[in-house]
Amino acid sequence: MLLEPRTHVPALARILAPLGAVAAALALCALLVAWAGAPVLRAYGLLLEGAVGSRFALTETLTRATPLILTGLAAAVAFRAKLWNIGAEGQLYMGALAAVALGGGLLDLPAWLLLPLVLLAGAAAGGVTLLGPAVLKVRFGVDEVVTTLLLNFVILLFVSMLLEGALKDPMGMGWPQSAPVLPEAELPKLLERTRLHAGLAIALVLALALWLIDARTVWGYENRAVGANPRAAAFAGISVTRVMLRTALLSGGLAGLAGAAEVTGLRGYLTLDLSPGFGYAGIVVAMLAQLHPVGAVGAAVFIAGLFVGADAMSRAMPVPNYIADVLVAASLLCMLVAGLLTRYRLRRG
Amino acid sequence: MAEIFDLLVSAAFWTATLRIATPYILGTLGELVCERAGVLNLGIEGIMTLGAMAGWMAVYQGADLWTGVAVAALCGGLLGLLHAGLTVPLGLSQHVAGIGVTLLGTSLSYFVYRLVLPQASTPPTIEPFQPLPIPGLSDIPVLGPALFSQTALTYLALLLVGLVAYVLYRTPVGLALRMVGENPAAAEAQGLSVTGLRVGAVVAGSALMGLAGSFLTLSAFNAFFFNMVNGRGWICIALVVFASWQPGKALLGALLFAAFDAFQLRLQQITGGVLPYQLFLMLPYLLSILALVLMSRRAAYPRALMIPYRKGER
Repeated sequence: MLLEPRTHVPALARILAPLGAVAAALALCALLVAWAGAPVLRAYGLLLEGAVGSRFALTETLTRATPLILTGLAAAVAFRAKLWNIGAEGQLYMGALAAVALGGGLLDLPAWLLLPLVLLAGAAAGGVTLLGPAVLKVRFGVDEVVTTLLLNFVILLFVSMLLEGALKDPMGMGWPQSAPVLPEAELPKLLERTRLHAGLAIALVLALALWLIDARTVWGYENRAVGANPRAAAFAGISVTRVMLRTALLSGGLAGLAGAAEVTGLRGYLTLDLSPGFGYAGIVVAMLAQLHPVGAVGAAVFIAGLFVGADAMSRAMPVPNYIADVLVAASLLCMLVAGLLTRYRLRRG
Repeated sequence: MAEIFDLLVSAAFWTATLRIATPYILGTLGELVCERAGVLNLGIEGIMTLGAMAGWMAVYQGADLWTGVAVAALCGGLLGLLHAGLTVPLGLSQHVAGIGVTLLGTSLSYFVYRLVLPQASTPPTIEPFQPLPIPGLSDIPVLGPALFSQTALTYLALLLVGLVAYVLYRTPVGLALRMVGENPAAAEAQGLSVTGLRVGAVVAGSALMGLAGSFLTLSAFNAFFFNMVNGRGWICIALVVFASWQPGKALLGALLFAAFDAFQLRLQQITGGVLPYQLFLMLPYLLSILALVLMSRRAAYPRALMIPYRKGER
C-alpha cells in the first residue's frame, strides 16, 4: 500500500475532513459509553442537549469556547511557522498572573485605561514566556517542545508560590487565591444573567484579523514560507530567526490573553484551577481547524460543547465526564488521519 | 555544610536516589529505543499514566503484582503501536501524534479509573512490591542497602539497561534498528524493513514506558492518583538528549537527576520553610531545561529522527 500525493485538494474535502474525524471519534468512544453501561444514543443526545439545548447551555458553551479560541489560535499561528509551542497552558497562567497583578491595583491608573492595559499586560506576559524557548531554539538549537512542556510545570509552581505568598488574598479565608481585580478591570458581560463576557468578542475579532494577516500581508506570507520550508525561505531573503521570534510573541501573547480574559471576564481572581487544560486542548482546536484562524472558532465551540455537554450528561448517566477528554484526544488522532487522506490517496502496490 | 556531607554518605539518601531514579531509567530507556529508530515518542507521558493506572487496576482487581507489571507493559505497547501506526507507515507529524497519544493515554486512564471507582474520595490501596534485600551484598555499608535492598522492579530496570545496551550494540537487530534511525534508505537497500523495525522499536520502547508507569503505582506508592506522572515523561525526553542517545549515559543521567531530586527533598527539610517549597519542586524541571541547553549544541541526534520514511520518496 502506497501513499500518493494528490495534485489537487478540493475545498469540500478540507471541510469534510474534520467532520469525518469527529464522527469517527464519536463512533470509537461509543464503545466506552457502552462499556460504562449507558445507552449510547441517549448519552450522546444528553451531551448535545447539555451543550446547546438551552439558552443557558449555549452561553455556557460559548463562555468555555472563549479561552479555547485564543489558545487554539496560539497553537495555529505557531504550528503554521513550525514552532511547536506546547506551552500555551503555562503562557495562559502567566497572562492571568499579569492580569491579577495589574488589575488588582498595582499601579494607580485611570479607570478607562485599566482594562486595556490589563489585557495587554496579560498578552505581553504570555509572549515573553514563549520568547525564552524560541530564543533557545534559534540560538542553541534546543527543541522547543520539551522546553515549553517543562516550563508549564515550572510556571504552575511559580503561580502556586505567589498565590500562597505575595499575591495571596488576605480576605481569602486561607485559600490559595489572589485578591479579586478591581471592578474597572472587569470585562463587561455580553448578555444579562449569563457568564458570557466580552472576551468572546475579542477572540472573534482576533480570529478574523489573523486570517486577514495570514492571507493578505507580507507578514503572513513570510510565516507560511518559513513553516513550509525554512531553508527555502532563508534563500528567498526571509529572516527565519525574526519570523520565529515574532511568531513566538504572537502565539504566547494569544495564550496569555486567554488567561487575562478568563480572569477579568469570568473568575475575577486567580486560582490554580483557572484552566482545565485549555492550553493542551488548544492544540486539538488548531489541528481540527487545520491551522485556519477562522476554523479555530468552530473547532473551539465544538470542543467547549463536548466539555460542557459531558458534564451535564455525566450527572444523568453512569458515564464519567472524562469521556469529553477521551473524545477530544480521539478527535485529534482521527483528524491527523483525515488530514492525511485529503492530501494523499491510497494506492495498492 | 556538615549536614550536607552527612547526607551524602547516608545509605538512606542513596537508597532514595535509586528508588526515585527507577521510573526515569525505564522511561528514558523506552524513549531512547524509539528515538534510536528515528521516531520521537511524545506519547510517553500518557503511556506512563496508562501503565500506572492499568498495572495498579489489574492488581486491585485481584491479579498478582507481576501480572500487573505485564498488563502495564502490554498497555504501553498497545499505545506505542498506535503511535507507530500513525507516524511510521502513515508518516504523520511525530509531534502532534505524540501529543495526541499522551492526551488519549491520560484521559483513558482517568476515564477507566473513575468508571471502576466512581466515588473513591480516598484512593484505595494495594499491597505493593516490598524491598528485596540480596543476602550478603546488602550488608556492605552504605552501598549495600542502596544498591541491593531495592524492590524487584528497580533490579529489573538496572538489568534492562544492560540488556538494551547489549541488543543495540552487539546484535544484528540492534544494528538494524540504529541504521533505520540514521539512514533508512540505506537500510532499505540492505533488504531491511524500515517500517517493521521502526514499529517494533516504538512498541518495545513504549512497553518500557508502561513499565516505568507501573513502578509508580506498584512499587513507589500503593495507589493511583490523578496527575501522578507529573511531567516525568517529559523529563525522560530531556534525559535522552542529555544521554546522547546511549543507554549507559541514560542510566547515569537518571541517577544524577534522581540524586539531585533526593537532595532537594532533604534540603527542603533542612531549610525548614525558610524558602517556599515550590522553589524546590521547580528545580528538577529547570535542571532538565538546563541540561537540554548545555547538551543540545553537541547533541549527536540520530540523523533520521523525526523524518518520516516513504519508500521511493527523497
